[in-house]
Amino acid sequence: MMSCAEAISAYGLRAIGIGERLLPKHDIGLCEQVVLIGSGLIWNIYFAFFALLFGFFLATAIALARASERWWLRKPAGWFIFIFRGSPLFIQFFFAYELFVLLPKIGIDIPLGFTTITVETRWLTRAWLGALIVLLLNTSAYAAEIFHGALKAVPRGDIEAADAYGLSGWRRFRRIVWPTMLRLAWPSYTNEAIFLTHATTLVFFSSFPAWRQEGDALYYASYFAEKTFNPFVSYPIVAAYFVALTLTIIFLFGRINRRLNRHLPRTGRPRLRIRPRFLR
Amino acid sequence: MFSFCTDPSTLPDWQWWACYLTTGKHLAFYASFGTVLLLLALAAPAALALGLAGALAARSTNPLLAWPGRIYTAMVRGVPDIIFFLFVPLALDQLFEIIRHRIKCPDWEQPIWQGNDFVVCPAAKLPLSSAPQWVHEVYGFTLALIAFAIVFGAFAANTLRGAMDAVPKGQIEAAEAYGFSRGQIIRRILLPQMWIYALPGLGNLWQILIKATPLLFLLGVEDVVYWAKELGSSKTSAFAYPHPDWRLWYFLALLVWYLGLTKISEAVFARLDARVSRGIVTVKGGNGA
Repeated sequence: MMSCAEAISAYGLRAIGIGERLLPKHDIGLCEQVVLIGSGLIWNIYFAFFALLFGFFLATAIALARASERWWLRKPAGWFIFIFRGSPLFIQFFFAYELFVLLPKIGIDIPLGFTTITVETRWLTRAWLGALIVLLLNTSAYAAEIFHGALKAVPRGDIEAADAYGLSGWRRFRRIVWPTMLRLAWPSYTNEAIFLTHATTLVFFSSFPAWRQEGDALYYASYFAEKTFNPFVSYPIVAAYFVALTLTIIFLFGRINRRLNRHLPRTGRPRLRIRPRFLR
Repeated sequence: MFSFCTDPSTLPDWQWWACYLTTGKHLAFYASFGTVLLLLALAAPAALALGLAGALAARSTNPLLAWPGRIYTAMVRGVPDIIFFLFVPLALDQLFEIIRHRIKCPDWEQPIWQGNDFVVCPAAKLPLSSAPQWVHEVYGFTLALIAFAIVFGAFAANTLRGAMDAVPKGQIEAAEAYGFSRGQIIRRILLPQMWIYALPGLGNLWQILIKATPLLFLLGVEDVVYWAKELGSSKTSAFAYPHPDWRLWYFLALLVWYLGLTKISEAVFARLDARVSRGIVTVKGGNGA
């Protein structure tokens, strides 16, 4: 049994490969469980943060394509949303992994002007890139559907007023349509962010291997449950971590919600509520 | 399956495929789609019943009912459901074994948790180590089913609670004015009217349930994912039907099957929604005529 300080220095950053190489096997104490599961949370936050960050822009683009009058933009966007929303994320992970494994093992040089970076296709079979891409596409499809709904709900009067002021094209979108769309979509989008974060726990339970046993919070929780034959300690720990993470997301998105609605009277602001939409 | 399948290596293409796709393992693969549908058919009503109980308990005026109901509806909001899927079967299995251990082996001396081990007497094991294979499979499936019912029951409780709150207050007040008891109000006013408000949420929930079924694989059930992995992995010439790694195609087939399933459900729920909305004034449907 380790002391808590020892556990923190040995396993605090274990999930990203820093610290003790071997996972605890015997005499597993509470501190080891709390610390190691907490270090696994780094992966959940990493996946959720980057998938949401990139997904936000991709979703906006797809929502615009979906609302476009040109069929060659509208149709592919509709199919993208249908495929990623209509099938289980779990199967998407398996399918993407097999696809990435079959890709030829090559490095692709991307010249950036001042320097050249080599992107290797074998990175795609690693969770940090491959699973991130799947999560990114998945959340983009869900968010695009939300944004599309909000886009169609932008009041016609706003657009007409923009036209009357001589705003058009990009400027009309940037100044009028987009802020209103975000404002309308934000409560649902908060929900999506929460459940995407929850969905990151699937990564290491689908086909993506946890390289050198560097996994996420649930990966370590199930490791402990397996080693100690006692699910009543490690699973409540990981559940508590996720409750804290969920509350953090609600707080951050609530701040953004306040900013989006700052021109409205306090009583007219839409409130954020978790309406569970759960697994995908 | 077919008489010409005795030596697959000599067969022309179409016969090879006919034989390959009807091997015993492939038939088990097709049957596993039935397992998924069976889970859906059993989990949906069980979850609905649990959800109804949870929603009614959460709305109860008796705190002994209200608190468990509220905790039950709240538990899925902050915690990923996958955690419940991993936790519930394991916890139930240990719970059952401890209870059986207490009953069947009262004079067992050793502690149940010995360091990192969980030891009950052999007679308390579930299923018994002497039980045939199908008992193990049914037991595993049942534990998975209970996990699905509990998790989706909590989701359904959220939806139904919202639907019950959406039933116009005037209806309840009118019933109270007529002297209906609480039970009568629930049975005659609340339950018949809440369905129209609950249906969109329940339809959404059904889609989510469909998309959660591949998680059976995590619970050790031989489901579609298990067989897709098993059949798709590359087979050397030691096998009757050698082929390279085909898992991509098997998972593609699963993807298409799930897309079809969700698409069909969507259409069914749209019709159902139109049906229950008849005669009810909504924003969307005008006077509903």
